[in-house]
Amino acid sequence: MLQSWVIIPVSLAYIGVLFAIARYGDSRADQGRSIIANPYIYALSLGVYATTWTFYGSVGRAAGDGVGFLPIYLGPTLMMALWWQVMRKIIRISKTNRITSLADFISSRYGKSALIAGLVTVIAVIGVVPYIALQLKAVSQSFTILVRYPELAMSGLREPSPVVSDTAFWTALLLATFTILFGTRHLDASERHEGLVAAIAFESLVKLVAFLAVGLFVTYGIYDGLADIFSRAAAHARLANLFAPLGGAAGSYASWAWLTALSMLAIMFLPRQFQIAVVENVDENHLGKAIWLFPLYMLAMNVFVVPIAFGGVMHFPGLAVDPDAFVLTLPMGEKQEALALLVFIGGLSAATGMVIVETIALSTMVCNDLVMPVLLRMKWTRIAERENLTGLLLGIRRGAIVAVVMLGYLYFRLAGEAYALVAIGLISFAAVAQFAPATFGGIYWKGATRAGALAGLSAGFAVWLYTLLLPSFAKSGWLPIGFLEQGPFGIAILKPYALFGLEGLNDITHAMLWSGIANVGAYVVVSVLTRQDAAEQAQAARFVDVFRRAGEELDVHLWKGTASLPDLMALLGRFLGPERAQAAVADYARRRGFASPAAMPADAGLVQFAETALAGAIGGASARIMVASTVKEDVLSIDEVRSMLDEASQVIAYSHELRQKSQALMTATTELRAANERLQELDRLKDDFISTVTHELRTPLTSIRAFSEILRDNPGLDAAEREKFLGIIIQESERLTRLINQVLDLAKLESGRAEWQMQEIDPRMVIEDSIDATGQLFRARNVGLEARLPASVPPIHGDRDRLVQVLINLLSNAAKFVQPDSGRVIVALSAGPDTLRVAVTDNGPGVRAEDREIIFEKFRQAGDTMTEKPQGTGLGLPISRQIVEHFGGRLWVESAPGEGATFAFDLPRAKAPAVGPAPGG
Amino acid sequence: MFRSVIKGQRLLAVFLLGVLLFNYPLLALFNRAAEAFGIPAVYAYVFGAWTLVIGLLALVIERSR
Repeated sequence: MLQSWVIIPVSLAYIGVLFAIARYGDSRADQGRSIIANPYIYALSLGVYATTWTFYGSVGRAAGDGVGFLPIYLGPTLMMALWWQVMRKIIRISKTNRITSLADFISSRYGKSALIAGLVTVIAVIGVVPYIALQLKAVSQSFTILVRYPELAMSGLREPSPVVSDTAFWTALLLATFTILFGTRHLDASERHEGLVAAIAFESLVKLVAFLAVGLFVTYGIYDGLADIFSRAAAHARLANLFAPLGGAAGSYASWAWLTALSMLAIMFLPRQFQIAVVENVDENHLGKAIWLFPLYMLAMNVFVVPIAFGGVMHFPGLAVDPDAFVLTLPMGEKQEALALLVFIGGLSAATGMVIVETIALSTMVCNDLVMPVLLRMKWTRIAERENLTGLLLGIRRGAIVAVVMLGYLYFRLAGEAYALVAIGLISFAAVAQFAPATFGGIYWKGATRAGALAGLSAGFAVWLYTLLLPSFAKSGWLPIGFLEQGPFGIAILKPYALFGLEGLNDITHAMLWSGIANVGAYVVVSVLTRQDAAEQAQAARFVDVFRRAGEELDVHLWKGTASLPDLMALLGRFLGPERAQAAVADYARRRGFASPAAMPADAGLVQFAETALAGAIGGASARIMVASTVKEDVLSIDEVRSMLDEASQVIAYSHELRQKSQALMTATTELRAANERLQELDRLKDDFISTVTHELRTPLTSIRAFSEILRDNPGLDAAEREKFLGIIIQESERLTRLINQVLDLAKLESGRAEWQMQEIDPRMVIEDSIDATGQLFRARNVGLEARLPASVPPIHGDRDRLVQVLINLLSNAAKFVQPDSGRVIVALSAGPDTLRVAVTDNGPGVRAEDREIIFEKFRQAGDTMTEKPQGTGLGLPISRQIVEHFGGRLWVESAPGEGATFAFDLPRAKAPAVGPAPGG
Repeated sequence: MFRSVIKGQRLLAVFLLGVLLFNYPLLALFNRAAEAFGIPAVYAYVFGAWTLVIGLLALVIERSR
């Protein structure tokens, strides 16, 4: 089943699945229900780091020197620990400034320099081309090996075939096509590709599963577990040397450390890693879980490397089988066709993932940071005046993708055959490591200048070219080999592998050392010797202090000039499309608190907003050029910027302090105002209270006085009349006394001076006593009273006399309001889980909804007190409520007019009262 | 913010531990013809240390969440 007519359709079907996933991811993103917005997908998509180099090459390397493949994964593991600080900052900066590629990032930091953007792009493209070649080589090689099944030997594989029948060529074409379909279907202002990320995460799973499957098969299928492999290897002449490989086969500890450092930088600066980790990042917080999940992924990917390598070496004694292909040839040798096919697919996913993401990242850079700035500067192209540029942008990107992949193929044809997979990859690592000084310096060192960055990048890149790339051409015969052995023109001191006579290091360590010295040296020295211009200084502050400043407040300070809203809108519209431009500007106006964009001044903030929005589509450097051509800008002098920055940071410091103080003041003011309001309210209440009390006292007094005067002035009144008037006087005096008592009582309750005799009491007794006390009233009005008391209830904690007072009040109210003769009142006691409930239900007129709270207010009675004769003092219910609340309970009324009313209160069961011990009691 | 700074410092400590574990001289101690569970010492050591570092990273990240 391993003929090419099986392998090719299966491969195409696999890529079809990837497509389906990508489409699904995109459509979910359009609906706003992202499938990649979680840390697990983020961590898996970071697995794009593991390419065919990992999949095939690690085993090859392990077969040669044992542990030499490990630093490539230990380095990133260590780096992940620093990501919390470093990568979070880079992501924050990128999101704030709409940065969409590494070139954009570095150039933005150094004053949006188009020159730096271009240089970074060139380094990235040239540096990564060998890496892409590596993927092509791995795919074509694994395909060739697979179709030769069941033959395993590699003889004849190395003969160059014409381009048309070269698998690598067709692989390259296919990959370029897929990348175009995946990555440039439409122009996205943020350069984010949700569907693509989902597909990459899936690929990470596939390659892991395939590799683990081979590992398990070799370890437990062919051999008898790890111990078996290692014990046999110990008896093997060559493998036995690999049991303590360091300092010997795997190179010195120094080169081990260098490789670790190199891969630490690679995980940050490979264009595809930057794309996935920064540009495609959905949420900064996903970084957290990725910090340990991604290293775990790499660990899983590497567990079986050594067993497969050793197993392979022992399994094919004397056969010309390339160790780079052990992953494939071991299942083939055991006639495991399905497994071999799975491995091929795993390798394919490792290659496609890498090539797709890498070329998308590179094409963004080539388009935004290399081609567009050049086109925009060439006035005769009149490109800046075109109506719609989105088509042009897409065209450039597609062209860039094809060009990059074809460059990879070219390198594969020229130099690829001379190297093992790992060696090719390391050349690329060393190239992207050149970005490290300018980036790390850029986000932590405000003084770094554009000239410094330019010098550092150029010097490092030049040394890399000379010590790694050119030698790789020489080794493949495209340059005279004497260039390597005797040095250029026979100058021994310039030998690329032993520059200035530095011998005894491997090529990568050697190149790292010299390029590092050149890069960091030039960067620091030139930065110190040159001065920043205004734009650089502004950008430096924006990058280094990203966590401290809210970006926009600085922008407003750092621009002088005149702009017009329609011009800026037209500019945005050309790159983003008119509708999206309109929506973006309207949104911005809203955020700044303007009703419509037209109401907004065309000020520094707006210009900065337009430039940032544009940067998302065409990169920072191009955006700068476009905006500068649209608005009239006054050039700020360096002193102006410096003083603005100083001023800004001082102002920020002051305003921070000020904000804290004014916040404290505001809190105090609010408290004061509340206290004042409360006081005024109390004052008003007191006044109300006094006037009401006076009024209430005057009514009985007036009638007492009136009747007394009648009695005095009419000595001739008959006995019955006199008796009646005296009765009224006594009655009114009693009412007066009651009123005064209640006012005093209420005042005591409210001021907390009331005395409470707190004790355990039986509520049944309280109710029975109250019924006895009010019995006369009920009998006089001929109202029925029924008590529904349970046989036993738990005791409560309270003041017996006060409770009796409450109950008497409720009962006498009920007796007063029901109709004589037909009235009925029920007292019910029931026990809840925490409370006891006493309910007094009558069949009187009921209480209207609007009166249900009023009746608990002082001197307020339901109904119209002006026309109806008051039925009580208006203080009974407020006092009752005060008492019940003092016991930690509550008193309320349930009623429907015409159907009677139920006054009920809950009391907590025997516990200390919720309000605390009674004062003075 | 404060918690984030603490976390960053703990991660930095794990980083330094990793640098120590994965380099000379500790690495050299295990670079010899000895075995642990049938696995050559240096492989057992590197993979063990690697697992430890990942475990510590997970601990720092997940604990204070």
